[in-house]
Amino acid sequence: MTDDLTRSTVTTQEQLAQDEGQKMRERAFRAAPKLNRSPLHGLWALTNRDLVKWYKNPIQLVISLVQPVVWLGLFGKAINLSLDVPGGYFSYLSAGMLAFIILFTAAFAGMSVVWDRRFGFMNKALSTPVGRGAIVVSKVLQSVVRSLIQAAVVLGIAVAFGMDTANFGIMTVAGSFAILFFMSFGLSSLFVMLALRSADWQTQMAIINLLNLPLLFASNALLPVESMPGWLQTVVRLNPVSYAVDGVRQMLLGATSAPGYSVLAPLWADFGVLVGFAALLSLLGIVLSWRLLSK
Amino acid sequence: MTAAIRTSGLTKRYGDVRAVDALDLTVERGELYGFLGPNGAGKTTTISVLTTLLTASGGKAVVDGLDIHKHPNEVRRRVGVVPQEYTADEDLTGLQNILLCADLYGIPRSDSKPHAMELLRLVELEDAADRKVSTYSGGMRRRLELASGLINYPKLLFLDEPTLGLDVQTRTAVWNYIRMLKEEYRMTLFLTTHYLEEADSLCDRIAIIDHGHIVRIGTPTELKASIGGDVIVVGVAESDPDISDDIRKLSLVKDVKKSDHEYRIKSEVGEESSIQIIDLLRSKGLQVTKISLTKPTLDEAYLEFTGHGIREEEASKMDAFKHRVTLMRARR
Repeated sequence: MTDDLTRSTVTTQEQLAQDEGQKMRERAFRAAPKLNRSPLHGLWALTNRDLVKWYKNPIQLVISLVQPVVWLGLFGKAINLSLDVPGGYFSYLSAGMLAFIILFTAAFAGMSVVWDRRFGFMNKALSTPVGRGAIVVSKVLQSVVRSLIQAAVVLGIAVAFGMDTANFGIMTVAGSFAILFFMSFGLSSLFVMLALRSADWQTQMAIINLLNLPLLFASNALLPVESMPGWLQTVVRLNPVSYAVDGVRQMLLGATSAPGYSVLAPLWADFGVLVGFAALLSLLGIVLSWRLLSK
Repeated sequence: MTAAIRTSGLTKRYGDVRAVDALDLTVERGELYGFLGPNGAGKTTTISVLTTLLTASGGKAVVDGLDIHKHPNEVRRRVGVVPQEYTADEDLTGLQNILLCADLYGIPRSDSKPHAMELLRLVELEDAADRKVSTYSGGMRRRLELASGLINYPKLLFLDEPTLGLDVQTRTAVWNYIRMLKEEYRMTLFLTTHYLEEADSLCDRIAIIDHGHIVRIGTPTELKASIGGDVIVVGVAESDPDISDDIRKLSLVKDVKKSDHEYRIKSEVGEESSIQIIDLLRSKGLQVTKISLTKPTLDEAYLEFTGHGIREEEASKMDAFKHRVTLMRARR
């Protein structure tokens, strides 16, 4: 190829192609650029990846909203229990539905870990220097962002159907979403953690069903604690979901006291429980990711 | 300059099973090193350990001058990996996938954007850069994986079964890229394969691995020569008596192996021996059902060293699923 005859007939275009090749070679030999070595690098890239997949597929969002809306309509409007609760049962249930959508979205946070394992993306990510903790936190964060957006939509729907807005204000709405944020962070961490080793979506579905419904029904999301037997009240008090619902009701509905209704805990305690829950489970998730993501 | 890869006694155990058993190997810089073995021999496990996806149960390994136990993150920064399965996210475009990889390496966007386009051009995917990966064909996906594996400017690239399930044209194209990486970019490449033809035509040196052990290391030529002679395969009826000992007594015959319905005979001069063998069988009143004479190829070397052909994999459900997905996507 490089004998004199061929060389003499090299056209300009070939010459250009050779220059191009030379340039590429030089680039390949030059040192890699200065890398971001922070333990959190790649966190936003990973989170964003899951979020892009989510908002590019609005069907998913719509389907996830069907259930809480049906519940609102069925129990809040059609059955409308004449319970003596602040703001009426519909408003009372609406606050519970915010927790419901957070819980059900968080429960599926682990599913994307399972899919990433199955389809190889997890191995690709693990072969890069991205922090193992960042992989876990990204899965938690994407679930938190999604669940809060969905909760905002559910809140809008509830208001449109007649939720009591007398106590709505910037502080009460922001405060409610803050408490939902901690609830979502804790629960998403829990479900991601349970999925770290799993590549089997049937098992993951079973885990979701096992935890989801008890967490919902053994809470004050649907019915007042007072209407429950004593042992169940104890379970409700151990369930972090209850404190989120309690806090949201205190803020959004001004539900501090009413005949036949009492708060589960003071507002500061609701926050305390959820911040503790979120901190504990996310730390546990990060620690486990160091051990469990590689074998 | 240290070797690109040096392992001593590298072992990976799963319970009682030693997937990789006391592996000693040295890969020199600039070398195209082939890891050849049947499915389940420990090839992927070895790559996974060397790229820090799995933690070794014992032994030492130094990759690009770094101990994989002490500096796993630095090893990850320096080496490129092209895994066996297709890892790209189908919902993202080819370019988005490479940029995502770059982000995971911590490469700033100011550098990764032009570099990603350059790599896409290198594997001739620049026109498909903004298309979702779900619309890619198997060959395009494989090329995208190759480009992703190069995003962090590695000097050492691991390729796990780079042509699994690809058609002949695409396979040739991938081979050309691999040769180009070695020749133009002076990269060290470590590839696993169970295609003998691939190992023969690409690799500078080959290690044949079976049951987690290296059974032989050498250049393709050395491996072929080490068989020491032509191979004659003579087919007989299964019920016939075994006459291996009589065949062994023939002057040019060096070795005889008998399986159910065939003799595998090694001879210094295959043409002469085959006539003698046919005569011998006929004189015993036995029927020859088929006969073939092969000059040594890598296939023969492989059979010689591993004692069997490409074995069926005893895969877990998970591996079987991944394998199916890989083949499904490759054939698209």
